[in-house]
Amino acid sequence: MNKESTVKFANVIRLETAKMLMKRGFGHLGGSFSIVETLAVLYKDILNVDPSNPKWDERDWFVLSKGHAGPALYSTLALKGYFPKEWLMTLNDNGTRLPSHPDRLRTPGVDCTTGSLGQGSSQAVGVAKSFQMDGRSNRVYTIVGDGELNEGQVWEAFQFAAHQKLDNLIIFIDENHKQLDGLTKDIINPFDLRLKMEAFGFNAVRVDGKNVEAIYEAILLAISTKGKPTAIVLDTIKGQGIPFFEEMFDNHHIRFAGESETKLREAIASLEKEVSE
Amino acid sequence: MKIIRAQEQKRPEFRSVYVETLMELMESNPNVVNLDADLVGASGATKLFKKYAHRCINMGISEANMIGAAAGMSLTGKIPFIHTFAPFATRRVMDQLYMSGVYSDANIKIYGSDPGFWAIHNGGTHTTMEDLALTRALANITVLAPSDATQFKWCVKKAADTYGVFYIRAGRKAFVDLYDSSSKFELGKGIKLEEGKDVVIFAIGEMVAEAYKAREILAVEGIEVAIVDMFSIKPLDEEIIKEMSVGKRLVVTAENHSKYGGLGSAVAEVMAENAINVPLRRIAVQDCFSEVGTADYLQRILEIDAEAIVELVRSNLIKQSV
Repeated sequence: MNKESTVKFANVIRLETAKMLMKRGFGHLGGSFSIVETLAVLYKDILNVDPSNPKWDERDWFVLSKGHAGPALYSTLALKGYFPKEWLMTLNDNGTRLPSHPDRLRTPGVDCTTGSLGQGSSQAVGVAKSFQMDGRSNRVYTIVGDGELNEGQVWEAFQFAAHQKLDNLIIFIDENHKQLDGLTKDIINPFDLRLKMEAFGFNAVRVDGKNVEAIYEAILLAISTKGKPTAIVLDTIKGQGIPFFEEMFDNHHIRFAGESETKLREAIASLEKEVSE
Repeated sequence: MKIIRAQEQKRPEFRSVYVETLMELMESNPNVVNLDADLVGASGATKLFKKYAHRCINMGISEANMIGAAAGMSLTGKIPFIHTFAPFATRRVMDQLYMSGVYSDANIKIYGSDPGFWAIHNGGTHTTMEDLALTRALANITVLAPSDATQFKWCVKKAADTYGVFYIRAGRKAFVDLYDSSSKFELGKGIKLEEGKDVVIFAIGEMVAEAYKAREILAVEGIEVAIVDMFSIKPLDEEIIKEMSVGKRLVVTAENHSKYGGLGSAVAEVMAENAINVPLRRIAVQDCFSEVGTADYLQRILEIDAEAIVELVRSNLIKQSV
């Protein structure tokens, strides 16, 4: 990987996501921004995909189980050329191809429909099981939220993945430490997620989810691990990358007005400057 | 179509029919896979799991994951057949059926076994009388309630050949024999089994056989009863409901399901929307729960048997003639 260009790609994803949300006037900023660096690494340096042929049989699959981060995925897909960048300005418009939560029937490049939390994890293990069954080399990547881990279904999926030795599956847990109503530790304490995943039979690592190199290295380690799935716990910040939104407590879904609108506008200006350098 | 009316003749158990049919399907189509949630023994699928170990998965007691994983598998071209008890195949996993299933346009086939009173000694906790109401309310789904082994086999094969989410509800035990092996069925088409000028009974599943028993008793009393097998709950044959209702003195629906949301509701909707002015009475589970017991005991206390149909028809026709 070229660190500089992946960081730059992450910044462009963040910029496009910010612009989408500014145009819409509201949206899931916090959880979209926390996965930007991971999306940048995946789509720039890892995934075997062909944006001109989104249903390509040999592709790696990506399942955004925390579907509310759809805007970050859409920016990434548009930048990769899956669909015209102009679409981004239609987020959540009447009749849009880009609904708040990813819909495989509406958006090129979306492999699985997600949004009802927990379900993406099961779809991902099913896809991975299919590939394992057929001896195919496609890999499956999925991002689940730390809040999403409240859902029992993800643990059903994790047990299945470990039992079936799905070493073609890499699960990212976006530990941004918050869920809609507040801090995860105050609502349903996740305790030590790396240890938990290890106890569930995963190859489990914890990395700085702001550091593209660390994410990349963890993925390479996962790819070389045979006989068990890998869980990469991403230590991230909800609203990652823009100090004002990182510090805002209620940053799950933001309505941009007054100070938050001004700050988002400033962030867009500063990101634009950064990426043009 | 030839109709066998040897009501005492019993065919193999439905679970055997399911396993044998899947055996054929897995033989002929490498994409067919079989998923179960720790009920392999109960569904008699052990030999299937042995023969096709690579394509049969025991998902463990985790129905939500089973539905989601099956949906994921189907997106890669697999055709997953899923079995669990009807309450766990519907009530427990409604949101998975919705988002990972029908909304995603997945290709999964579900056999929900032992609906309604078939829960017998598993009792009220394991009884679903809501599965048709729940699944019928979903868009982009096919819902079938077969009435005999030949029809059940046809449903399973049709599900394999037709893209989309299928929910097939039936007991595991044998039902009375109704159709011979040359019988032809069609999705969305009810089957006119018997004509009769006074009453029409629209029935599904095991209640078709009960309708036959009731018909014979009522014939002695000079009441002529028509019978229609409405095995295709969704899509529903609206035409046959209109055709067979008009001009009758009474329309009866019969189902091993709640009176809310199932066949009776579906027929009522069609009759109301088409202004068919014939009294409608529903043989179905009233607003109550089931309990443990034998099948015939439960049918009796839930008032979903031939006797209940006969009483209902008698009392309503008497009322009309007063």
